[in-house]
Amino acid sequence: MNPALESTIGNAPVTRSEPRRHSAVYDWLASTEHTAIGRRFIATALGFFVLGGILALIMRLQLARPLLHVVGPDRYNQIFTTHGSTMMFLFAVPVMQGLGLYFVPLMVGARNLAFPRLANFAFWIYLFGGIFLYIALLSNTGPDAGWFAYVPLSGPEHSPGKRVDVWAQLITFTELSALSVAVNLIVTTFKHKAPGMSLDRLPIFVWGSLVTSFMVLFAMPAVIIASTCLALDRLVGTHFFNPAEGGDPLLWQHMFWFFGHPEVYIIFLPGLGMVSEIVVSTSKRTLVGYVPVVLANVATAVLAFGLWVHHMFATGLPQLGASFFTGASILIAIPTGVQFFCWIATIWGSKPKIDAQFSFILAFFATFLIGGLTGVMLAAVPINIQVHDTFFVVAHLHYVLIGGAVFPLLGGLTHWFPKLTGRMLSERLGFLSSGFVFFGFNLAFFPQHLLGLRGMPRRIYTYLPETEWGFWNLISTIGAFLLALGVLIFLINAARSLHKGPAAPANPWGAESLEWAVSSPPPPSAERKILLVPSRYPLWFGQLGRVVGVARDEQLVTRVVDAEPDHVVKAPIPNLMPLVTALATACLIVACIFTPWGLPVGAVFVSAALFVWFWPTDREPALDTERRFRDESEPKRVAT
Amino acid sequence: MPDLERPLLFLLACSVLGACRREERRFSEPPSASRLHPDPAQSVRSDRDALVRYTKDAWAISEGQRLFSQMNCEGCHSHGGGGGMAPPLMDAKWLYGSTPSDIERTILAGTPRGMPSFKDQLSPQQVWQLVAFVRSLSGHAPSAAAPVRDDHMAVRPPPSRTKPEPPTQQVE
Amino acid sequence: MAPYAAHSALEPAGNQASQILRLFYGYFDVSALVFTLVIAALGIALGRKSDPKTEKKEPSRAQARSKHRAITWATIATVATLIALLVASVATGHTIALLPAQSPVRIQVIAHKWWWEFRYPVSGPATQFRTAYELHIPVGRPIELELVASDVIHSFWVPSLSGKRDAIPMKHNVLVLEADRAGVYEGQCAEFCGTEHAQMRFLVLAEEAKQFEAWKDAELQSPPPPADPLRQRGLQVFMDSRCENCHSISGTDAFGTVGPDLTHVASRKRLAMGTLENDPAHLTRWINDPQAEKPGVPMPGTPLPAEDQRALVAYLGGLQ
Repeated sequence: MNPALESTIGNAPVTRSEPRRHSAVYDWLASTEHTAIGRRFIATALGFFVLGGILALIMRLQLARPLLHVVGPDRYNQIFTTHGSTMMFLFAVPVMQGLGLYFVPLMVGARNLAFPRLANFAFWIYLFGGIFLYIALLSNTGPDAGWFAYVPLSGPEHSPGKRVDVWAQLITFTELSALSVAVNLIVTTFKHKAPGMSLDRLPIFVWGSLVTSFMVLFAMPAVIIASTCLALDRLVGTHFFNPAEGGDPLLWQHMFWFFGHPEVYIIFLPGLGMVSEIVVSTSKRTLVGYVPVVLANVATAVLAFGLWVHHMFATGLPQLGASFFTGASILIAIPTGVQFFCWIATIWGSKPKIDAQFSFILAFFATFLIGGLTGVMLAAVPINIQVHDTFFVVAHLHYVLIGGAVFPLLGGLTHWFPKLTGRMLSERLGFLSSGFVFFGFNLAFFPQHLLGLRGMPRRIYTYLPETEWGFWNLISTIGAFLLALGVLIFLINAARSLHKGPAAPANPWGAESLEWAVSSPPPPSAERKILLVPSRYPLWFGQLGRVVGVARDEQLVTRVVDAEPDHVVKAPIPNLMPLVTALATACLIVACIFTPWGLPVGAVFVSAALFVWFWPTDREPALDTERRFRDESEPKRVAT
Repeated sequence: MPDLERPLLFLLACSVLGACRREERRFSEPPSASRLHPDPAQSVRSDRDALVRYTKDAWAISEGQRLFSQMNCEGCHSHGGGGGMAPPLMDAKWLYGSTPSDIERTILAGTPRGMPSFKDQLSPQQVWQLVAFVRSLSGHAPSAAAPVRDDHMAVRPPPSRTKPEPPTQQVE
Repeated sequence: MAPYAAHSALEPAGNQASQILRLFYGYFDVSALVFTLVIAALGIALGRKSDPKTEKKEPSRAQARSKHRAITWATIATVATLIALLVASVATGHTIALLPAQSPVRIQVIAHKWWWEFRYPVSGPATQFRTAYELHIPVGRPIELELVASDVIHSFWVPSLSGKRDAIPMKHNVLVLEADRAGVYEGQCAEFCGTEHAQMRFLVLAEEAKQFEAWKDAELQSPPPPADPLRQRGLQVFMDSRCENCHSISGTDAFGTVGPDLTHVASRKRLAMGTLENDPAHLTRWINDPQAEKPGVPMPGTPLPAEDQRALVAYLGGLQ
């Protein structure tokens, strides 16, 4: 390794000494490689998926027959709350963000994220939040007021102890993580694209991640404020939700659902992005209607913020206001419909090879469509006031979330497994898992539509034999176990292939986006070339160029719209400060539950950590805008 | 990561043990503790253990809060324990003793100054829940278990942030 | 075993529920059609022969144009369908809201953790009477229910008669419903309200007008003092075993309002908000240890000697 690094062209050569060597543990803890952090996010999220799934199986066992005693009501309430909170906060959003952290830089041709150490911090704070929730569950302090914790039930009078405080602070952990990743993805997508990767050449998955990250920026603060108001009511004695002192229980519902509705779009928009990627690469055709699909993503994100009241149709709102939200909720089906039509048009006449990854996409088509159609039903106020808070809604939400997020996720993991690990998954086990997952899922959740219509409310720990709900509940439980078996087969496939799978080439599917231009798995960011992107489908059309003039430890920053090179920044040196800051923040958040002193004392420690983290070092150079870059593919042309 | 292991495990153990007690929902007590069929020696001892447990249990204190309103203790002691026809319960002056057993006896037997006996109105478990709540009114409940506010008009600062003062015996 | 009540949005017995079901079937038919069309299109798309020359190439302008046209038409069809569905929804909502509410029967519904209290205003010396679990209504008249929550948010839902409405603390929500024919309809709380949310049921008994008036008169009557010594002893046990702290029985000294009124408890179809059958064996178990049947319920256990148990159950069993 060359101890003195010089830029090849430029005004002043910049030299620096080689960074200190550290132990393997230090490197692991302090890693700023987006591939490592992305992998950690995905693995941790899958771990929480399994935990949440086990909780679901316990619930299904309790409901399989009337009047069972698998768990008592108090434990059941903790279990269903933790299941929902795990899936929504600890699995669905982090796994999509993890895939974004891993693949967005590769797909836009960046060496690394815009803020790698912030991404490192995001992982630790997410992990600590998840561990905190499960320690609480195991010590009888699991939250028990539902994953959306309506007041006054979740307020200080009706939820004694620290259970709901654990839930409110879990929100803080996971939303800090989500915001940190969202900021990273937005800036990486806008400013770190490789030259030539203009906005109209971005892959749809990147668009999905970008739009999702904007939604996170607007939605997460709403829930942080809501959960902070709840925490203040419960710990300090404020009256935000106390009607006797001028507060309002409905205020909670408005604040929470203003976040809660965009949250579900945050979860499945990246999934739809993955569907686009797999459809294009499997059908080996360019995406029909690229611009409509991009606009559909943006429209969905914007509209998602205007729907939240459809969760509150039973609260006695004025009819005119409710109708507005019916209209908006129905309207949002249009952009998704456009995407569906574009995908079908892309597949049309391409005779795609139906391999394991594509089987998940086909499962997505059927399932998400049903979920969307029941969503349109739920948008209608008269239907809603019958099936709200029943198993019909449980069925709908699982159809859209599992159909729209989990199936694309499994397909995406299959599609990207070679890139992530350098190995190929077994096709046979892949088909087996998708078969069990699809069949088990439908067996588990389709009957729940009927159960809801036949009067079965949500969140009940048991029911009477006379209701005659027992038969379909038993079928649903069997389906749930088949679904779990399918997931298990998928995980076994992944574990086995990790060690014994055949080695993967750089581009096993013949796909078109930039992540397939690098080896499987990708080289460390310092060793990646800066590419000059010729077209929207760089591996299919045009010749990939190479840009020189960027040193190993630098990243190229380009302009937002047309991706012309602008300047370079130094890659940050990995250190332990993100971990230390995350630990300090975790201590602050947990301490706040037990004493108000947690806030000022914790803030001192967090501030100290941030101080140390951001203290300027002599490594940070002045902005170098004079540097000229050379496109090596055509030596005569100088890109400015 | 050997350096982080031991303190983490210690924290884990603390949180687990501490939480179990505070968050227990004892929906019913074993029959041996019931007063309607007293088995004197055993029931006295198990009663005392149960009583102390209840004073640290968040759910028991919350049930006591409910009973304080439903059994109309606040009719005399007023909402929040501010006192009225009957002495306040949120200060440091105790007429008949401040320990959990004293309060239990007061509730069960009544007082010479006009408080009725509630022996025939409340089950032993309900009495323990009320004792736990009454203790919390003057700040004697663990702050993690004590109530903060209820969904009524605010008449006093939260019991969870009330500093417990050393009890003084009021002389009539 | 008590015959079970109708409890399904798919078996409407009221005007509102019928309207809603009709709308639902409309939506369902449209959804089934859309699903079939989209999956068929997908299937055809998967099956159509491919021209390998078009692989990994930009499509020809003609091809692109025809595909874009197809997408445009599909989108227009989607928008038109959705607008039609929206109009249908708003129209149905309007119809339901316009249910004639002349001379409705007004009843106050108070939701507690975890039981339903119903208060009927009456004229005469008493201003109202309280009952629990069973909501009697006359057939064919609009019923205006004022929903009140005493602690947390609950939701009043009788799927066979109408949609649900939340009972929110310190808010007064009104739900108007009407039963088309006589029958027994089950309802259940539909907003998670704590430990025993699952066991917070109620019954709506729709009766002909004469029967309803007769029921109201019977409710206003106090039960006669017990004649036989067993029931007399039972009343004594009731008063001595702190039951009267929480429960009320008109005509006695029991005035408690914390728990359900028991004046006519023997006439109810089930006990404990539908959790148990209403017979002496279950009543005995319930009084002895309610936590075994419905853990978390605020009622304490009252273990009694066997003789007192029998007397108390006999007394309550006579409160028709």
